[in-house]
Amino acid sequence: MLDEKCKVLVHQEIGSGYRYLIVEAPKMAAELVPGQFVHVKVPALEMSALRRPFSVFDATDGMVVILYKTVGRGTAALNGVQEGDEINILGPLGHGFPTECSGTALLVGGGFGVAPLHFLAKRLPGKKILFAGGRTQNDLLAIDRFQLIPNTELKLATNDGSVGAKGFVTLPLDETIAELKAKGEKFELFTCGPDGLLKAVTDRALANDAPGWISCDRHMVCGVGACYACIQKTVRGNSRCCIEGPIFAAKDLIWE
Amino acid sequence: MIDTKVNLGGLEMATPITTASGTFGYGTEYIGAVDYSKLGAVTAKGIRVSPWPGNPMPRHAEVYGGLVNAIGLQGTGVEHFVDVTVPWYRQNVKVPMIANIWGGSIEEYAEVAAKLTGVVDALEMNVSCPNVKAGGHTFGQDPKVLNEVVSAVRKATTLPLIVKLAPNVPSIVPYVKACEDAGADALSLINTIPAMVIDIETRKPVIANKTGGLSGRGIHPAAVKLVYDAHNATKLPILAMGGIYEAKDAIEFFLAGATAVAVGTATFTNPGIVSEVYDGLVAYCERKGFASVRDLTGALDA
Repeated sequence: MLDEKCKVLVHQEIGSGYRYLIVEAPKMAAELVPGQFVHVKVPALEMSALRRPFSVFDATDGMVVILYKTVGRGTAALNGVQEGDEINILGPLGHGFPTECSGTALLVGGGFGVAPLHFLAKRLPGKKILFAGGRTQNDLLAIDRFQLIPNTELKLATNDGSVGAKGFVTLPLDETIAELKAKGEKFELFTCGPDGLLKAVTDRALANDAPGWISCDRHMVCGVGACYACIQKTVRGNSRCCIEGPIFAAKDLIWE
Repeated sequence: MIDTKVNLGGLEMATPITTASGTFGYGTEYIGAVDYSKLGAVTAKGIRVSPWPGNPMPRHAEVYGGLVNAIGLQGTGVEHFVDVTVPWYRQNVKVPMIANIWGGSIEEYAEVAAKLTGVVDALEMNVSCPNVKAGGHTFGQDPKVLNEVVSAVRKATTLPLIVKLAPNVPSIVPYVKACEDAGADALSLINTIPAMVIDIETRKPVIANKTGGLSGRGIHPAAVKLVYDAHNATKLPILAMGGIYEAKDAIEFFLAGATAVAVGTATFTNPGIVSEVYDGLVAYCERKGFASVRDLTGALDA
């Protein structure tokens, strides 16, 4: 774990409140594995008590890429960061996704939950299918980037039907699971997104006796396991998302 | 060369800086981000006789200038702490450890203190956690009960014994005296200030426990005042904490009467705070002609 002062190389809005933030962080980029996160000290939040945690969209060539949505005070303040500024980033933090998969990897992302799945898809060998869901086509992110990753098929869903299947991303997911099962093929599930999606994917992993890897994102305080604020109930009790997660095995999670 | 050594009620510290309990896990979590050589001790998260699950989520809310939390003292029990946590800490960190203890009864306090004797380097008794009904706070809100629980722990241990006091009392003096009479070696203050945050859209408390404890920058002047009051009432050394965000904040505590200080909530945004406080403290002593940080204690000109 490092607390690095990182130069902002790119800070680019891509519409609908989503932004890419690319920083120069050679040591961290080399160490990060998909599913881990970084804890960002937002410069304009000096009176604030907390950093903001972000999953990692990519870590390559000495750069760490974050894809984020402006949702509150912290991310709104982060918007003001300019290219060339330096920001403090603590990381790599937490336990990531496994980087091998037996059978087809089904990556299920809701909204900006696709961010760590992009990094994962780049590192996972073998066949992958990305299921990306969002409210509208504006919430389907980085589709062009996923298209560049070899052996990766895309299946999309939007609540308003503007792109892909109309409804939740579990629609195309369930079709694919049924097809794979009919062919007797193995698969594993990897997901990041809103809690409803995480729970739905957990259910499908358990129902099909397939490994499921769930990214549990919580508001965090320390990010390193010191404060016990970001709790997820698991078979081991009250587990800390920041250090025992954020990636949990589906079979270990207890949803309330 | 400024002498940074202090003696906190029998605990020899190479620097007068430790970590506030609950903000630094069990001591190893910040390896890589904190310069441990600038710490005179690490204060671990609260420990009781048996494991404790803590409060439901959400457990915290960020507020302007601070943080409200109601973690609820989730923690491993003393057995795991002694068998696993402390050996792991000793293997990785060469800084004395202060264990923070709490219990649901006087007997539990004494039991955990006895079990940690010979294991850690000092004990800090939490009698002031605002977030757990059975543990802590009730013992710190009545000087007579406080005297009883501290006396019981005193009999159970030979370790340097620090008692952490609650800030929300009309006068700190009777509590200081109760600890003194019971044989405490040092005092620490302040714990968090009871607080509440409401979501006006849902009309519900933000924290599942409804209320919590306020820490961070905003509580610093209140803490300085209580350290000043306590120092005027006792010769016991004081470990001061509450809203240290820069060296200046720590120096205020020393001038008000502290022998040592703890950084807490600031670590969450800035793990470098430990080094910043150390460097700033040394620079201040050099600039003002103090040969030792011990000379700062109570050096207020008032």
